Order: sequence, then structure tokens, then C-alpha cells
Amino acid sequence: MPQQIKYLFGLAIALIIIFFIVRHYLMSPSFGLFGHYRAASLKTVVSQEIKYAGEIACTECHDDIFTLKEKSYHRGVACEVCHSPAYAHTQDPSEHKPPAPRKRAYCPLCHGYNPTRPTGFPQIDPVTHNPGNPCISCHNPHDPTPPVTPQGCEPCHTQIARTKIVSPHAPLPCTQCHIAKEEHKLNPRVALPSKPRNREFCGQCHSQEAESSPEIPRVDMKSHYSGFLCWECHYPHHPEARLKKEE
Amino acid sequence: MNRRDLLKNLLIIPPGIFLGGLFTKILSLLKKTPLGKISLESIYEKYNPHEHYYAMGIDIDKCIGCGRCVEACKIENNVPQEPFFFRTWVERYVITVDGETKVDSPEGGIHGFPETLTEKEILRTFFVPKLCNHCDNPPCVQVCPVGATYKSIDGAVLVDKDYCIGCRYCIQACPYGARYLHPETHTADKCTFCYHRIVKGLQPACVEVCPTGARIFGEVKPRNNPLARFVRFNKIGVLKPYLNTDPKVYYANLDKEVT
Repeated sequence: MPQQIKYLFGLAIALIIIFFIVRHYLMSPSFGLFGHYRAASLKTVVSQEIKYAGEIACTECHDDIFTLKEKSYHRGVACEVCHSPAYAHTQDPSEHKPPAPRKRAYCPLCHGYNPTRPTGFPQIDPVTHNPGNPCISCHNPHDPTPPVTPQGCEPCHTQIARTKIVSPHAPLPCTQCHIAKEEHKLNPRVALPSKPRNREFCGQCHSQEAESSPEIPRVDMKSHYSGFLCWECHYPHHPEARLKKEE
Repeated sequence: MNRRDLLKNLLIIPPGIFLGGLFTKILSLLKKTPLGKISLESIYEKYNPHEHYYAMGIDIDKCIGCGRCVEACKIENNVPQEPFFFRTWVERYVITVDGETKVDSPEGGIHGFPETLTEKEILRTFFVPKLCNHCDNPPCVQVCPVGATYKSIDGAVLVDKDYCIGCRYCIQACPYGARYLHPETHTADKCTFCYHRIVKGLQPACVEVCPTGARIFGEVKPRNNPLARFVRFNKIGVLKPYLNTDPKVYYANLDKEVT
């Protein structure tokens, strides 16, 4: 082997050795222990301070309120949703007192009417719903069942009510089509209101033979899309048929 | 000094200084007590990450857009209060009768969503909570030049903020916009599934405070946990499945307009 190749070979080996020595001292000792990262950084992440104690921690002392809440509509709502993070309070109850929102502006964060909210979620219009009174003057937040049984349908079915009011069906009361037992107001899901079941129900007003006001649009029940139910095309709370005629 | 000497000295002196420095460094390290070897126990205490693999479920039909999750996340994780730093946020999708899709997220939804359109203009509308998808195949981890972001053993994508150089590659690479540069530390920051909480058996802060149970936290594998039930009884979609990122945030009732 020529002399110069031997020198180069030696130099290459020396460089490789130096590389590993330098790498050893420049790299964090825990790098690559569990993967291509510094295992010690897990320690930093894990040691982050906890702020939310979790509901189970609250029940240890406040079991009376918890029992009340668990039977109410707010059973899924954790304490710290309204009372702010309380880990500090669990560590030193006298030093850190969690606040309780008492202002009227707080509850509409969830219960203010917003068309994007899912139908059926209880929503009120903060402008018209007992203006000026803080919510907690009527509703116990831990058992928010309305103190007065709602008289009409709008308080719970706001979305439908607001749609219907701008539709040709605005003058019709909900009870025109739905029979709701009184029990429905107390236990909504136990006593569900009735819904129309057949074409003939709509035909009472909209068939050619119906004895209703002449302004009401009529269809020939036999030829008009027989085989379909009316509400498969027309949304009863906002039937579009008449709007088209106006255009 | 002639040219030959100069070149010779240049070749010998700088490496000499370096090796000398290295030698003293080795000596000083040898004198110190040996570094305590990092083990799973020293990081997690009793928790074993090999027994877990986390994921989250979100039921879009249950989200009421109250923004409690956004607030809780900001408090729990010291996310800056300015309205452009979020680890989780809520988007409002409105598909109008004209067929247009409008998406907005005023301040991440932390103060709710002011009404912008009337019922007459709306065809369908819903809220979509967003956060890091903790991808099984995370593009952000692939691009990090210093190995400062990684997937932990139990499936959370985390950031090593002491190692991060703040180059923003990962922020660019995330197809879900889930990362931001922390204005104080100047390092990348993102959702950790509240890693410091889950290793202690608590729920992530956003899941803890969700009043309607729209967020479900659990594990991918065992059958007896809330997430397993969630993926059993719902039709599940993920965001941008065509990117092959394999997200671990599962959405129920996901609309085609959501990206």
C-alpha cells in the first residue's frame, strides 16, 4: 500500500474517533433514549403546574352540592366550568377562594340564543328573557330547572320559533300540529309531543277540497308527488312553496 | 516565519487548543459525580407510558360554541391571552342558502360568537372545536432540524422547549395550523393533550370543562374506555385524511365543508 494512502486512512480514522468524542460531549445525555429526542424534556413537560383540579377533587368536600347537581340538568357541567380553576383551592382552601359568577352576562355564554347551537339545547334571548334580573335570582345554577314551568314552546324551542315567525305558518300555534301533554313541560323526554303522521294531515288545509281560507295554497293531493310525505320536501316550520309563487 | 512554518502551525495550533480544552472538560466531568441516568421512573414515577396510547373524540353535534375549552386551555397551559395564540380554538361554520361556506372564529370563540347571519340566510351551521391532531405520522416532527419535537411513547406530540431553536419549520409544516410561536419564549408551542395532567390520571383541561360532553378523551386500544365507546357508536371522520398524517382526533358528524 502506498505511503500516502496509509496516512489518509489514519487521518480518516482519527477524524471519525474525534467526531464521536465531540458528539458525545455536545449532545444531551438523554437524547435518543426513547427516540430522536431528549428524554429529559419529558420531565419538563410532566412537571408543568396543574391549575384545574378536576371534578372528583371537588366532590370530596362539596358532596352536598355535587349530589344536587348530579340530579339536575347541569349534571355534565364540571364545577370548574363556572368556578374557575381550583387546584390552588384544593391545596389551601382558606387562602384561595374560587369565584362564582353572579352577573347576568355569564350564563348566556352557553344559554344565549345562537342559530349555530344544536337544536334542543336550552337557549334564551337575553334581550327579552326577564331583562335586568341576574339569572341566579330565578335559577339555582346547581339545579337550573326553571322555577316557573314555561307556558309556551319558545323558551326551549327558540330556533323553531324564530324560523316559524318569518314563515307563512307564523299565525299557526304549535299545538295546531303537535299535541303536547302538560307532562312534556316538566319531563321533556319522558312525554314527547306528537307529530303529524300522514299527508292527509296537511291536506286538512292544503288539499283542493279542504274547507279552509282561500288564500291558503292548494295542491291536488292525488297527483302532487304521491308516495312522498309533505315534510320530505317542505319544512313545516318554514314551508317555501308560497315564497316561490311571489317571486 | 516562512510559508511552510505558517501552514504547519495553522494545522497544529487550533486543533491543539480544541483538544486541550476537551481534555480539561473530560477531566472536570470525571471529577463530578456521574450524571443520574434518566429512566422512565425518574420522569413519570408510577405511570407507565407503554400501557397507554391516547386520542380524542369530538362530537360536533354536541358543541355549543361556549368557548369554555379555549379559556380553560389558556389558563391551564399559560397560553398568552392575545387573541392570536391558541392551543385549541372553536370555529363556526355557516353554509348559506347561496351555497357559500363562511368560517370564523372571533378570538378563538373564547367570548362566544356574535350573531352575524339570520336564520333565513343559513342552510346549515355548526361549531367545530380544533386542536393539535396528535398525528400518528406527524409532519411537524419530520421537519424539526434539531429533534425538539417528537411523538412520545404514549402517542402525544410534544415540544422540547429547551431544545427548540424557534425556526418555525414545524409551524409551517402543520397542515392543521395547530402550532404557534410563543411570544415570550420564542419557541414553538402547541397542544400537549395536557400531558402533565393525563400522566397523573386527570382529563385534559378542555375535556374537563366541556359542559356538553362534546369532547371525549381516551385511549385507542382498550375497549373499556370512553373513546372506544365513542368510536363504536358514531360515524367517525378525521381532518384532511388525504394527507396521510393519520390524525388521532376523531370527529363525529363531520361535515364535508370542514377542513
